[in-house]
Amino acid sequence: MSTHKTGTLPSAKQSAFQKFKNEYFWRYLIITCGLFIILLTLGIGFFLVVKGSGTFTEFHHSVWEFLFSSDWSPMDSTTESGGGVGAAIYIFGSISTCTLALLFVAPFSITSAILMTEIAPNSGTKIFQPAIEIFVGIPSVVYGWIGLTVLVPFIKHLFHPKMGGYSVLAASIVLAVMIFPTITTVAADAIRSVSSDYRKAAYGMGSTRWQVIYKVIIPAATPGILTGVILGLARAFGEALAVAMVIGKTRAFPANILSPTNNLTAAIASDMGNSATGGEQNMALWTMALLLFIISIFFIFLIHIISGKEKKKHA
Amino acid sequence: MTDIHAKEQTNIKFTVESLNLFYGDFQALNDINLTIEKNEITALIGPSGCGKSTFLKTLNRMNDLEPNVTINGNIYLDSVDVNKDMDAIELRKRVSMVFQQPNPFPKSVYDNVAYGPRINGIRKKTQLDEIVERSLKQAAIWDEVKDRLHKSALGLSGGQQQRLCIARTLALEPEVILMDEPTSALDPISTMKIEDLASELKKNYTIVIVTHNMQQASRISDKTAFFLLGNLVEFDTTITLFSQPSDKRTEEYITGRFG
Repeated sequence: MSTHKTGTLPSAKQSAFQKFKNEYFWRYLIITCGLFIILLTLGIGFFLVVKGSGTFTEFHHSVWEFLFSSDWSPMDSTTESGGGVGAAIYIFGSISTCTLALLFVAPFSITSAILMTEIAPNSGTKIFQPAIEIFVGIPSVVYGWIGLTVLVPFIKHLFHPKMGGYSVLAASIVLAVMIFPTITTVAADAIRSVSSDYRKAAYGMGSTRWQVIYKVIIPAATPGILTGVILGLARAFGEALAVAMVIGKTRAFPANILSPTNNLTAAIASDMGNSATGGEQNMALWTMALLLFIISIFFIFLIHIISGKEKKKHA
Repeated sequence: MTDIHAKEQTNIKFTVESLNLFYGDFQALNDINLTIEKNEITALIGPSGCGKSTFLKTLNRMNDLEPNVTINGNIYLDSVDVNKDMDAIELRKRVSMVFQQPNPFPKSVYDNVAYGPRINGIRKKTQLDEIVERSLKQAAIWDEVKDRLHKSALGLSGGQQQRLCIARTLALEPEVILMDEPTSALDPISTMKIEDLASELKKNYTIVIVTHNMQQASRISDKTAFFLLGNLVEFDTTITLFSQPSDKRTEEYITGRFG
């Protein structure tokens, strides 16, 4: 582009500046932005490791105690220590609600994805897809509010549990609704990207539509569907507000799915602001945050393994 | 269906009468009449867009899968009207298709070939093993894949994949095999293997092959149909069509003056 002017402008300096402006400026700007994002992620990780390891280095608790003890009685002061930092109840609360949510929602999500891509592709893209995208945009407090005002009383009315409707069940259902769009859209994309050559081949041999879906398309789309499931799970693990509103925030292992309990995110959200900075409780909450970070990294790692393995298999 | 079509002449597999096909308002096939005989290879030739592939798809109703297609006229398979008196799924099991791009499923070699028998309800392993081996042998690819039956079919070369697709079709034991430019994505040696295979298979099957390669049509087919702009210009034995074409357009096409 700058060559138009170099004919009339003999100055080498000018053309070097032009070259910089036209070519290198944007390139370096983009590199800087990219590097900044990487640095930010690494920074968050580093920060969490530094803060979260205090429980083990400064207060000398064992990792075993943190993960498997249910004695949660950390001292909320910068001068005292020696309380218990067992986060097992919170960890169990997170795992149980997320697992149940996944069990509830996975069949719905996968069948919805099949419906909108294979069975009714026209209304699927015109109605279903936008409807699901709206789901994603609803703030989590709204989900929590509906859970609190509709679901919790409904569970109370239906089962008459001792502690009211606040329960693992209520939290799981709210989470299930929240992760439904994530899993559905990713699974639908995976199904759409299955080569139409496979469809043609299967139909060309006299397969019924169900056989094409069940025996050809779903197996071919499985890695993508699994990716959706894991992304949904990661979102469920990280959700704090909506869960906090319906889980009952009771520090006890749930006796059954109708009992209240607590989880990692709800505990961090409600206690972090009130704890003395640098105290035992504060540190233990940081450790819980670090644990959440490690879990989400693990999920992302899992997605890479699944998609990488699939690529290798068919290379 | 009616007595008129239940002719004594049992050699006829397909009878096509006054077939018209429209994509929306566009007429892609114009009053096609022809018969396809058993245990022969019928080649469909013509320039791109002439309707030869479209015609091929009507024979096992693959065009049902496309939107806005309307058909009139009749296609009889063994005297039964395929559009009126036959289920498309049953039809495609009897008249199966091999495509231009080799399209094995992302499954193992074994599972690809066993796909057809399995959708027909065959579950017994010994029976499946037998069908898989027989089909792969018929498709002349057994020796190349027998040691890697349980590895992904996508690791095979293009030519091997296409022969695997033919084996997958043979496992269904169809009566007719439709091939839509099966060698256009392959190298010359693979092409030769597929051609030899087709010539071998016609002993037991009826084959209809679309090709844009006139040498291929003349090498392997018994009858050739020349399509142009949705019309069937000429249909005759391959020898006659290539040596003494009766239509001027056929002559111009086969001598390479257009297309």
